[in-house]
Amino acid sequence: MQIHKYDTVIVGAGGAGMRAAIESTKRSRTAVLTKLYPTRSHTGAAQGGMAAALANVEEDNWEWHTFDTVKGGDYLVDQDAAEILAKEAIDAVLDLERMGLPFNRTPEGKIDQRRFGGHTRSHGEAAVRRACYASDRTGHMILQTLYQNCVKEGVEFFNEFYVLDLLLAEVDGVQRTAGVVAYELATGEIHIFQAKAVIFASGGTGKFFKVTSNAHTLTGDGQAVAYRRGLPLEDMEFFQFHPTGIWRMGILLTEGARGEGGILRNKDGERFMEKYAPVMKDLASRDVVSRSIYTEIREGRGCGPEGDHVYLDLTHLPPEQLDAKLPDITEFARTYLGIEPYTDPIPIQPTAHYAMGGIPTNVQGEVLSDNTTVVPGLYAAGEVACVSVHGANRLGTNSLLDINVFGRRSGIAAAEYAATTDHIELPEDPASRVVAQVEGLRNNTGTERVADIRKELQECMDTNVMVFRTEQTIKTAVETIGALRERYKNVSVQDKGKRFNTDLLEAIELGNLLDLAEVMAVSALARKESRGGHYREDYPNRDDVNFQRHTMAYRETDSAGNESIRLDYKPVVVTRYQPMERKY
Amino acid sequence: MSTPTLDKSSGHSEALDAAEAAAGHLITVTMRIRRFNPEVSDAVEWVDYQFPIDPKERVLDALHKIKWELDGTLTFRRSCAHGICGSDAMRINGRNRLACKTLIKDLNPEKPITVEPIKGLTVLKDLIVDMDPFFQAYRDVMPFLITKGNEPTRERLQSAEDRERFDDTTKCILCAACTSSCPVFWNDGQYFGPAAIVNAHRFIFDSRDEGGEQRLEILNDKDGVWRCRTTFNCTDACPRGIEVTKAIQEVKRALITRRF
Repeated sequence: MQIHKYDTVIVGAGGAGMRAAIESTKRSRTAVLTKLYPTRSHTGAAQGGMAAALANVEEDNWEWHTFDTVKGGDYLVDQDAAEILAKEAIDAVLDLERMGLPFNRTPEGKIDQRRFGGHTRSHGEAAVRRACYASDRTGHMILQTLYQNCVKEGVEFFNEFYVLDLLLAEVDGVQRTAGVVAYELATGEIHIFQAKAVIFASGGTGKFFKVTSNAHTLTGDGQAVAYRRGLPLEDMEFFQFHPTGIWRMGILLTEGARGEGGILRNKDGERFMEKYAPVMKDLASRDVVSRSIYTEIREGRGCGPEGDHVYLDLTHLPPEQLDAKLPDITEFARTYLGIEPYTDPIPIQPTAHYAMGGIPTNVQGEVLSDNTTVVPGLYAAGEVACVSVHGANRLGTNSLLDINVFGRRSGIAAAEYAATTDHIELPEDPASRVVAQVEGLRNNTGTERVADIRKELQECMDTNVMVFRTEQTIKTAVETIGALRERYKNVSVQDKGKRFNTDLLEAIELGNLLDLAEVMAVSALARKESRGGHYREDYPNRDDVNFQRHTMAYRETDSAGNESIRLDYKPVVVTRYQPMERKY
Repeated sequence: MSTPTLDKSSGHSEALDAAEAAAGHLITVTMRIRRFNPEVSDAVEWVDYQFPIDPKERVLDALHKIKWELDGTLTFRRSCAHGICGSDAMRINGRNRLACKTLIKDLNPEKPITVEPIKGLTVLKDLIVDMDPFFQAYRDVMPFLITKGNEPTRERLQSAEDRERFDDTTKCILCAACTSSCPVFWNDGQYFGPAAIVNAHRFIFDSRDEGGEQRLEILNDKDGVWRCRTTFNCTDACPRGIEVTKAIQEVKRALITRRF
């Protein structure tokens, strides 16, 4: 076992982690731990753009952006945080440009902007061009640019180091951050990273769904580690289903396709979004569009022999426009479906895309251990975190913004905190939990297979807690997940080795997915209303009196060792905008 | 089918009908995989796995079927599964490709499909190679914007034409398919390789960058661009469709003319 000592340790090397690293490396001795290589992170799969009211192509301002974010999040957004997001968006984009990001340009040479779902002028009057973009690979360009600048700054990476535990220790009655424990994939060796500050930036949890835009590796590792250490998870019932995933595969086709003029159509060729969102039509918020698609499918107007999808129609757009603005997604249609988007509409269905919930933080990225108490030295940013700027439904282009604004903030805050404090003593036998977990899985001789349990989990989640939910379906999910968690205790891996044991890795990841799926379902069951991405057919209206509040889920273990989930609630921060009916 | 408001009211193309057909008929495929695990044995072994699969699935799906249903010890890297993250470059039927961007039906699946690690980098286990030399070459070309003087308050201006000049090389996902297809790289581990040159190109031809001379000097080295023998393997291998050989030629020309 090796012990390393750093001021700041960052867990994850996607957009949030690398944006944080650029700041913290300038200010403190920093290590970045990633279970992949930095450029493999899923930030690179983001396509359409990054929102900022630059007003380069038409009138816009950060206040409109704040309002759109709050309304998009169905009034579950903490409005102080949304205001910071929208205000700092402008510098966040300009910072990236100065770091070298090759944005598309206007005829005057400025950063070009395009329309995106839910982004409007004058509080909902009409769509506004707010998304700064680099073709349809904006996330790829952000990830590359941030990695390039990490190279420039000499950021120290530990590639293929999988963080399995967070070390907290009590000092003078306060739980403080002591470091993390990581598993080195290449060797199977356990490493302790002692640190004054730790930033979780490990991304989302989408792989508990079957049809998802998420990478295989998005298994909620950071959330699960924090949760098992007794920290709450906020608003886990809110998961975004992106309207346009490639049918059955879930591969993302950017909302930018509709921003460029693409239209959703049912089997009759009807532009059905006109019925559901008369003003914004195909550019309504994602939760609204995904529900509309499934309503069409349920009412028999879906496409194909099984009527289980609709079309994204780009055929009326000039091929030159598709080549210039949407080259990647049109190539996906050609590669994976064998169709030509110049002439054929693309079969699509909603795809599990983004966790609005996560580890609760304040606007400095500091992690909270309850509604108000900060854990000294612990930070989180990006999809792993819940600030909450996305509330019940994130607007497109606000996630690339989130990782830059709050990645930067947490990187600065963590390094500044580290400068003011000493390392605290590591707890006794710091690797004990991880050793027990890893060796327990390696040596288990049970009869259950990881792939079987994961498949059943994904099918259960798609069937029961996707776009439409009811008391009955959620209860079914809770029961099924509970049974799968029992079976997981009997899971065995075939690869017993130390070297690149990805069989073992997948078993650990599945454990994380199971824990988080349960938190999601239990949180969803208790929320007896419909808001944003959480739609209850048995409670179809938003209930601001009882539920304009954040869910806080805690893992509890009783004296007999039985685990349960305790739910608590946290008030929403409301500054300027009182809840209104949400129409697009 | 009648689609009154769809531009193409004539109906569906055969391609769309085929895409929408229910799960295709399954075929039996043989995946012939080069296995190596020094923890167990120093010997390399080719192992055949035979199983039914929908030919519209990806090679990555086939590898997952093996790992998840037949043999959990098979080891490979992957993440996004749609050609963006660059994790799963492999040599498939003798050609470098991404496993997640290659469909079984396009590989002549009546015969065994061979899968082996990319060449020229040390194999660590099965399909996993040591990527550190590859990323070191990338870092050596100073792959970041270099500017002089004060930072502007707003964005630097750049014309759409100037932006277009280096568009192709911004697509690189650092998968190493190009570099590990290059015979010069196979024979001499010192050569920077196509991917590093592509990433140098991305900055040399960016009108905002002022580090071109420094980068050109690095690439003028004996292990730099002049080692390229223009075999076009790299261009053929690139899963992002980057004209890699052309980019290398442009860097060579810039070295001669010092104009870029």
